[in-house]
Formats: sequence, structure tokens, C-alpha cells
Amino acid sequence: MARAVSNRRRAINTALAWAVGLLIFFPILWTILTSFKTEGQAIADPPVFLFFDWTLENYAIVQERSNYMRFLMNSIIIAGGSTLLGIIVGVPAAWSMAFVPSRRTKDILMWMLSTKMLPAVGVLYPIYLLFIQLGLLDSRLGLVIVLMLINLPIIIWMLYTYFKEIPGEILEAARMDGASLGKEILYILTPMAIPGIASTILLNIILAWNEAFWTLNLTAAKAGPLTAFIASYSSPEGLFYAKLSAASTMAIAPILILGWFSQKQLVRGLTFGAVK
Amino acid sequence: MTFKSVLGVATALTLVAGSAALAETITIATVNNGDMIRMQGYTDDFTAKTGHTVEWVTLEENVLRQRVTTDISTKGGAFDIMTIGMYETPIWGSNGWLVALDDLSADYDAGDILPAMAGGLSHDGTLYAAPFYGESSMVMYRTDLMEKAGLEMPAAPSWSFIAKAAREMTDRDNGINGICLRGKAGWGEGGAFITAMSNSFGARWFDEDWNAQFDTREWSDTLNFFVNMMSDSGPAGYATNGFNENLSLFQQGKCGMWIDATVAASFVTNPNDSTVADKVGFALAPDNGMGVRSNWLWAWALAIPAGTQKEAAAKQFIEWATSKDYIELVAANEGWANVPPGARTSLYENANYKDVPFAQMTLDSILSADPTNSTVDPSPYVGIQFAAIPEFAGIATEVSQEFSAVYAGQQSVEDALAKAQALTNDAMEAAGYR
Amino acid sequence: MATQHSRSAARLMMAPAVILLLGWMLVPLSMTLYFSFKKYLPMRGGDLGWVGFDNYTRFVTSSSFWPSISATLTILGGVLAITVVLGVLLAILLDQPMWGQGVVRILVIAPFFVMPTVSALVWKNMFMDPNYGLLAYLWRFFGAEPVQWMSQASLPSIIMIVSWQWLPFSTLILLTAIQSLDSEQLEASEMDGAPILKRFWYIILPHLSRAITVVILIQTIFLLSIFAEIFVTTGGAFGTKTLSYLIFQRVLESQNVGLGSAGGVYAIILANIVAIFLMRIVGKNLDN
Repeated sequence: MARAVSNRRRAINTALAWAVGLLIFFPILWTILTSFKTEGQAIADPPVFLFFDWTLENYAIVQERSNYMRFLMNSIIIAGGSTLLGIIVGVPAAWSMAFVPSRRTKDILMWMLSTKMLPAVGVLYPIYLLFIQLGLLDSRLGLVIVLMLINLPIIIWMLYTYFKEIPGEILEAARMDGASLGKEILYILTPMAIPGIASTILLNIILAWNEAFWTLNLTAAKAGPLTAFIASYSSPEGLFYAKLSAASTMAIAPILILGWFSQKQLVRGLTFGAVK
Repeated sequence: MTFKSVLGVATALTLVAGSAALAETITIATVNNGDMIRMQGYTDDFTAKTGHTVEWVTLEENVLRQRVTTDISTKGGAFDIMTIGMYETPIWGSNGWLVALDDLSADYDAGDILPAMAGGLSHDGTLYAAPFYGESSMVMYRTDLMEKAGLEMPAAPSWSFIAKAAREMTDRDNGINGICLRGKAGWGEGGAFITAMSNSFGARWFDEDWNAQFDTREWSDTLNFFVNMMSDSGPAGYATNGFNENLSLFQQGKCGMWIDATVAASFVTNPNDSTVADKVGFALAPDNGMGVRSNWLWAWALAIPAGTQKEAAAKQFIEWATSKDYIELVAANEGWANVPPGARTSLYENANYKDVPFAQMTLDSILSADPTNSTVDPSPYVGIQFAAIPEFAGIATEVSQEFSAVYAGQQSVEDALAKAQALTNDAMEAAGYR
Repeated sequence: MATQHSRSAARLMMAPAVILLLGWMLVPLSMTLYFSFKKYLPMRGGDLGWVGFDNYTRFVTSSSFWPSISATLTILGGVLAITVVLGVLLAILLDQPMWGQGVVRILVIAPFFVMPTVSALVWKNMFMDPNYGLLAYLWRFFGAEPVQWMSQASLPSIIMIVSWQWLPFSTLILLTAIQSLDSEQLEASEMDGAPILKRFWYIILPHLSRAITVVILIQTIFLLSIFAEIFVTTGGAFGTKTLSYLIFQRVLESQNVGLGSAGGVYAIILANIVAIFLMRIVGKNLDN
């Protein structure tokens, strides 16, 4: 792999890549910085970058106004729960499609993906009525189910493409040895599939965490996650950039940190069958 | 913070003493305005007095509307109290979706609610929502800039005076725009302003047979006047400015005049937020010599959806939040200028409140607004900056989007009015009016 | 070879997923179809009877319909073009040897973790605001008149915001694909003295075609129903009303569920047209 490269070229690459990386990251950095400014400094002309009086008052105000911990817990439960449920349903389906393919496998896969194209706004009333009937309104369970269904096609597809890369001969050999289906999955497939499953889980936690239509419209006080939290900061009276930045930072920080720590795992399985 | 600790003790005592009584948790959907957020801070006082606890769902205005409308029309029951406005209340009340507020306690003194507010929040004479605060609109202007321009603001100016004063005050090199007005799309933003303004130009939304009126000379006069005035003396990019954007422009000293909600008066005169706090004067919203002024009438009010299990507790909350005592509570802690305005007659009779600089002009503006008779020519609808029919919000948002495209220089006044005319008639046909 | 036994086991294992998704598709779909033939106005008492195809004709004859299709496809096309082109370039750059590759990769993928609502709010207020936005300062610094992003460049602004969110995704997938490229093959061509452009065109790009297809497919699915970014920034003004925003306006703002449901059916049809179109290309690319 290691290509011999001159230090000069390496330096140019480094400078260029860092410049681009910082440019892409800058909006997030700016938001985090602004969250530590006063409202006046947040719109100062010329803008101030680092040399301002760092303050935590915005976080204090946000914390006093909304029960951040509850929104956070709801986000964790809803994103985690829907992903877990999706994996439980998705792994067997993806396994069977990858290892016992039939002529219709491709069609089924495409059909599953196409269910994601239904515009959510168009079915808000039907789903809302359904939720009332089932008593699921403003419940975490309801959101876990809906987000699981929304992301299930992605889960299955990711797992399918990953499973397909596992050579079938290994399974054949195991079957010859008389391993049962359960053992086959548990001892042979699972270890090989773990990177794929891990990155599927990560991607789906991110997607569920950021879903902002159903989580906002099907909740009230009890089940609202961080997307509902941010909806109370988007346009209050007067100057609000610093408070908005603090609330935004609080809403994205947990998932950003999770994402950064697990980015290796995420990247390893995030191929969607793009690599042969 | 001695007050808060007293509250805490009182809460604890009441909880111990009143644990036998039925303590409930009510869920309230509300908008993220300053006054509402302040109210949330005083929730402990309510809990101390009644034992009930409160769960808040605080949302930005557009999200709130979407959320509560879905819930009420499907009878979802997610909320025990909803924060709604003067537009929704009569419509929902007539649908039987709200609990009538006709049995409020004698202490509460429902007769004290300003008649204009009570009228706008009633259907067939029954009150369906209690006003938390009410507003009209008026001119807020910079006294120093007015003086510099050698002009004097009359108590009841005309549009031609406003346009002239705006031109004189404009000093773009120093970042001063003569006038800041709402141009942002949305029925409650730019749509509300231009509709209220059009009333004073003799225009109306519908004739008595519900035909759209955008093909009339009055509408074309209104829109042309607005666009010309704003391109002469308005801020750049006013097509996306709403209440909040104009508020910060005015607070930063970038506007000579601003015609908007009367509640803004307490924000622009608050020295903590405003750089021009001591240089603000007030006047009635302008007219055009046709007998109708361009001020609107609005209230944010609390209503109880029919079918809630916690009606009694919800009523207690409404009585607490919109009471005279609540006003006293806020006044005692944050001063009279910060109490929720425009809801009660007694507030304007209070000697302490009379010292607040904008109190009288706010009351005069509210009193001069008449939702049942808002246009020069007769119209079939109730409402000043809106028509209280269910279809209006959707239509007016689309119409105001066409207007905002004019403000951004993307189409002509004539094109926008022609499109507005077509889409309004189409929507009215779909709803079965025509 | 798969036996009869494993076939039926496989079917059993697929059943939960298929049944769930079938339900998730059929229940809302049939309810949407039902409503679309009704005059259903929640504010006027709800169900006011059958109206045949009235809602369907009214929805397409509205002056907002064709502009909404064009806005939808413009946003889709714009974002796809930007994320694919920049994604390929960025992936190639990140594949080069450098110091601190891991950190750069973290910086580049960060936008993917930001909620669409948050990113739209941050971009709209703190960057694109014509008075206090950072871009306005930048423009003024160079003596230019600040751009009124949300009104005068509304569609490009939204395309830019959405592209910022999705660029990390395409970069990651394309990077994974590039890394799998046989480096000996590349080196050989380098030795041959093939110019950079030629190498890119004849070796790298063909190798990436499959990954590009995947990026296009996945992003299309998400971008067709894009909503939050428009709701937060322009509210559908200045020509940014997409098909899903138009449906939102009909259902929630105008409170006409029947009309909105007819729009929903059109959106499903549009999605399927795009899906078939995609499957033609993707199917070819993914099968081999």
C-alpha cells in the first residue's frame, strides 16, 4: 500500500487537505464558538474569533428554560431502540437474501428501498389518526416503531451488501460438518459480520437521531427528543444567535462525539456494496 | 433570588398539605415568545397554589401552529391547554373543539378583559380562549432622527407623511433606513402587515360573495405604495424581514421608524437590549384619509381542547396565568414595563402602569381596532389582518409568498396580484365558497 | 447448494421484515388513496363525501404544481452534482499520503452528524443573514454588497446547505472505493508516465462508477422528500416550494387533506418514475 512519496508532496497534500477539512468543519466550529459569546459579541462587527470573554451564560439560560436531560434521554432511547429493533428484524432478512438468493431478491430489495420514497407530509393525517387509535401518541414506543420502519430498508440493504462479501464456501464447509442453522449464524457468520453490523448500527443511530418530521409531529411533552428541543429556539424575539448556538451545540454534541469516536467502525462497513 | 426560595418553601408546604387533593399534571403547548417564556419561570407559583404540575411544550410559532392544528382536528388529545391566537379561536370554537370559558370564578373577573380582546376570542358571544397578552400595531419612531430631519410626528399620522418622513430620515451611508417593515412571507408575518395596511387604502380580501379582490385598484395602490416606500427608504433585503429581524434592526439603531406590534414597545425601550431605548416615540398606525387606520388586533390566548380529562386543572391554570394576580407577580419582580400587556382593562387604569411610556398609545391602538368592521367597503369576514375562515392561513401564506417575490425584485406588482387573484379564487372554489 | 429446507427457513427469516414494510407501505398508501378521492376538510367538519378525481385535477392545475416539480428536480440534481463531483475530488485528496489523515477525515465527515434543522438554522442565521451573517461580513470586507441569500439566491442557497450535509456521505463511500483500487495498477500507470488527467479518466473514474451509483441512489431517496431545510429557511417562498412542501402547504396550512392526499399520490408516482429510472442504471451497475 505504502507509496513512496516525497516529503514535499506530502506537505502539499497535508496543507490542502487540512484547508479543505477546516473549511467544511468551520460552520460547526463557528456555532460552538458563538455559543460561548454574549449576544452582543455574537453579532459583533468585525466578527470575533477567539478573543472574547468566554461565558457559559447561554448554556445556563437554555438549561433553565428546557429540561435538556429529558430530551437527551428520549433521543437516546428512540434512536437506540429503533436501531436495535431494526437490527433484530433486519439481520435475518438480510442473511437469507444474501445466502439463499432467489430470482426475486433484487426486486424485493428495490421495493424495500422504494418504501422510503413516500413523502412523510402526505401521510401525516393517516398516521396521526392511527396513532390515536393505538394510543401511541407522544410515546417513545410509537416513535421507536416508526423510525425502525423508516430506516429498515437502509438497514437491510447495508447488511445485505455486507453479508454478500462473506464467501459462501465457508458456510458450505460448516454445513458439511453438520452445523445447524443456528450454530452457523452464531459461530461463523456473526464474527465475520460484526464490522458490517456495527457500521449499520452507527449509521442508523445517526439517521434516527436527526429525523425531524415524525419525532416533532407525533410527540408532546413526554416523548419529545432533541429535535423538539431545538424547535423552541429557532426564532425567539430579539438577539438569539448565542442562545441558538448553545442549544444547537447541545443537540448535536452527543451524536458528534459518538460519531467521531466510532468513525473507524462507521467507515469500515459503510460501503453499501459500492466496493467489489 | 429570595423570591424563588420563598416559592420553593411554599411549594413544598402546599405539596405536603394538599397531597390529599387531586394533583394533576397538565400539558401545555405554547409559543417561544418572551412573555410566554417568562410565564414558564413562574410555574412554581401556580404549583404552590394549586398542587398541579405543568409540562411545557415550547415551540417556534410555525411549528406550534402545525402541531396544535393537527392535534385538535384529529382530536388527538396530546395537550390540555393550547396557546392559540385570535384567528384560530372563533373557528375552533364554532367547531365545538374548545371548552367554553363561561364559568370562570368571580375572582377572575372576566368582565375586566378588554372588550376588543374578548370579542375576538369569542364565538356567538361565548369566550373560548383567555388572552395572555394582546396587541395592536403602531408607529415606533426615533425622536432624535425625527428632530434631525426637522419633522414632528403627529399623534395620528397619514401614509403620505410616513413616506415623506422615511425619505428624510434615510441616511444609507450611516446605515440608517427611514422605515423598517415586514416583508417576510407567511400570513402572520408580511401577510398580516400588508393586509392591515390595505384596509387603510380601501382594499379588502373578498367582496360580499367571496370573490377575491386582488384585481382592484385599491390593492394595486397598496402594494405599489409599499414597494416604492421600501425601495426609497427601507433596509436592503426587507423581503425576508419579519418581526424578529426588524426588532433587532431597530434595537441596533438602524431604523428611523418601525410599524409593528405594540408589544415590541417594551423591547425597544428596554436599555438592556436596545441601543436606542431612550429615543423612541410612539404614534398611531397611519391612515390614508379613508376612515380606516392600518393597525391590527391580535392576542395570544390560552384555550382548552374539548375532551381533555383534566379540564378542571386546565381552567385553574388559565385563571392563574391570565389573572390580575399574575400581572402583579410579574410587576413585583421585573417591573411594570414587563407585564403582559393588552389583555385587561384594569391594567390601563393602574396608576403604576400609566407611567410606562407606551401604555396609553397601546391602549388607544387597541381601542381603535374593530375586527367586525375592518374595511372601507363591506366585507363578509371578521378580522383585520386576517379573515377568520379556515382557508385563510393557507391562502394568505401563498399570497404573501407572491408579494415577497415582488419585494425581492423577482416579479412585478401586476404579476403578483394576478397570481394572488387566481390562487385565492381557486382555493375558495375548492373549499366550496364559490 | 441451497436445499428446500434452507429455502423455507430463509423465507421465514425474511417474513418479519417483509410483512412490516408491506404494512408500513400499504396502510398509509391505502389511506392516502382513500382520502384523495374525498372532500376532506378537517376545519369544516371532516369528511364531506366523495369527489372522484376533483382533487387530482385541482392539484395539477394549480399554478404551483409545475414549479414545484422543477424545484424538486433542481434541488435533487444540484445536490447530486455537487456532492458527486466534490466527493470524488475530496476522496482522491484524502487518499493521498499526508500527516494527520485521521483528523482531517473527522473534520470532513462532521456535517453528516448535524441535524438538518440545526444546519439549516445555523446557515440561515449565522452565515447567510444579510445583516449579521458571516458571509455578509466577508462580502463587505471585500467591498461588495452582501448577497440576500434567502431571497435572491434561494435555490442555490438551499442546494448549498443540503450539499454541505451530504458531502461527507458521498466522500466516505467514494473514499472506501478508492482505497480498494489496486495500487499496483495505479503505480504502473504512474511509471508509464500517464498524465494525471488520463489516469483519472481511464482508471480511477471507471473504478468509482459503482460507488457513484450507490451515492446517487441513496441520496436520491433522501433528497426527494427533503422538507426541514425548506421549512426552516424560506418557508417555500422565492421559488423553493418542492413537491413535498406543496403537499405540506395543502394538508397543514390550507387544511385540505383530500387535496394534499392527491398530491401525495403524485409524489409517489414521481418517486417511482425516478426509482425506475435509477434502477435501470443501478441495476446494471450493481448486478455484475
